[in-house]
Amino acid sequence: MALPRITSPHAKGNNRTQRVMLLVAAACAPGALALTWLFGIGTLVNLVWASLVAVAVEAAILAVRRRPLAFFLKDGSALVTAVLLALALPPYAPWWLTLVAVGFAIIFGKQLYGGLGQNPFNPAMLGYVVVLISFPIPMTSWPAPHSVGVWEGLQHIFGLASLPDGWSQATALDSLKVNKSLTMDELWAQNPAFGQFGGKAVEWVNLAFLLGGLFLIHKKIISWHAPLGMLGALFVMSLIFWNGSGSDSNGSPLFHLLTGATMLGAFFIVTDPVSGATSNLGRVIFGAGVGILVYLIRTWGGYPDGVAFAVLLMNLAAPTIDYYTRPRTYGHRKAERGFKLGE
Amino acid sequence: MASYREIAVNGLWKNNPGLVQLLGLCPLLGVSNSMVNALGMGIATALVLAASNAAVALVRNQVTDAVRLPVFVMIIAALTTCIELLMQAFTYELYQILGIFIPLITTNCIILGRAEAFAAKNSVLHASFDGLMMGAGFGLVMLAIGTVRELLGTGAILGNMHLLFGPIAAHWQLTLFSDYSGFLLAILPPGAFLVLGLLIALKNVLDERAAERAKATAAAPAPATSRRVRVTGVIE
Repeated sequence: MALPRITSPHAKGNNRTQRVMLLVAAACAPGALALTWLFGIGTLVNLVWASLVAVAVEAAILAVRRRPLAFFLKDGSALVTAVLLALALPPYAPWWLTLVAVGFAIIFGKQLYGGLGQNPFNPAMLGYVVVLISFPIPMTSWPAPHSVGVWEGLQHIFGLASLPDGWSQATALDSLKVNKSLTMDELWAQNPAFGQFGGKAVEWVNLAFLLGGLFLIHKKIISWHAPLGMLGALFVMSLIFWNGSGSDSNGSPLFHLLTGATMLGAFFIVTDPVSGATSNLGRVIFGAGVGILVYLIRTWGGYPDGVAFAVLLMNLAAPTIDYYTRPRTYGHRKAERGFKLGE
Repeated sequence: MASYREIAVNGLWKNNPGLVQLLGLCPLLGVSNSMVNALGMGIATALVLAASNAAVALVRNQVTDAVRLPVFVMIIAALTTCIELLMQAFTYELYQILGIFIPLITTNCIILGRAEAFAAKNSVLHASFDGLMMGAGFGLVMLAIGTVRELLGTGAILGNMHLLFGPIAAHWQLTLFSDYSGFLLAILPPGAFLVLGLLIALKNVLDERAAERAKATAAAPAPATSRRVRVTGVIE
């Protein structure tokens, strides 16, 4: 009798890479809709254009590396990178900005390291930081809510015509950073677009990303550890350093949780299975590190928001975190942790 | 004893200090943000290298092994000071831009490396030619990095060349992309690492192609692997 050769794992989930990636992309929908509702067509154009660029660049570099095109294109990872980048970039970023960001993310962030699963950094955040450092002016031009029409927005993105001066507005984080003289109440009264409790109506975007993130946790695509670590650390930091709502205010904990890229980062970026930490404890530590760094950069750093920088810095720390948070393996009394001589 | 042709090929390509030995990375990455900086630094390094190789080869039979390192460093430091004074006299603005990197030529490991590895064992003519070729190889890599970084960063090349060549070069700047936003990353330090990495990759691809072509014509003997740790190719 011929026995079939069966190897482990015997219990298989149905979380194929493609399914995971498509679900992550789908979970971005509420956030994308909220951004579109607030800022107009720009986000959708970014999404389509970034996806096209990502697929084209991925195909080109796979061809250069002589890898099977269909197999790697089908896994959808390039698409997820493009979607996350498109949501992170300003809605009316010029077309070449998106091109550079997505191209850098795919080529330098992922493929040069050997493709999906080999990248030490989150590709989307790498692309974002490259354009943030290289092109500060378009990267800080966020439109005021409900201010840009469809046709003029399209013309601006593709460089046919510029939007009239004053179309962009400082975000709440920007204003908080440069504010020296106004109390929080005055600052918010001056900028009705800043919304109720978050920043510049971005609170709704953040809540939408939170919804998408909870959907991913419900579907068991991501675990709750890393988001909890990041949001918890950010909450604790902003609570400790909350100095009221005078003119030197660092912003309330609620403000920090619901502004900038907090929720997008917490549920879609720090949960990256490749560049983040591996074990559950490691993920909590990784997330907490990101949360602390985000607060440090926002409050005392040179940039208004710091999610991308924080994620990249913690990506560097992820291997070390993994060394010190190895779970106890079955049959061993204690977990083996830390570096060993001769390892 | 190597022929002049071998020395030239070694310095400019096969054993290039910038692309293969990865020596002198500090100035290579630090001041290659524009063509004029790269060219100025490259020429200064090449001159010191050629002169120090010649001087070391001259005294090699008089200097005992025990004191050779201090003597070599003194020679290199003296020559670096000469270059520094010359740059102060003739290209003062460039001297100010390059700043600390000029005196640091003394500690550039290419120079001491060539003094130890080549000049201490070869005749004056061979040694100075080796210094010139190694320096040229280093300078050309630096110029290539500077060109790419200046082009990506500002959309133009050959800017500010009057710092090196005087007023005659004031209008040499070639604007290749007008209305260009400037890819700042290329001018910042990460740009240096990225461009150097891409150049090394390009060299390795070219070498691989050449090796395949050579293999197609005749079965070549396998090259001895290098015992040095930090190399990107095989040092013969």
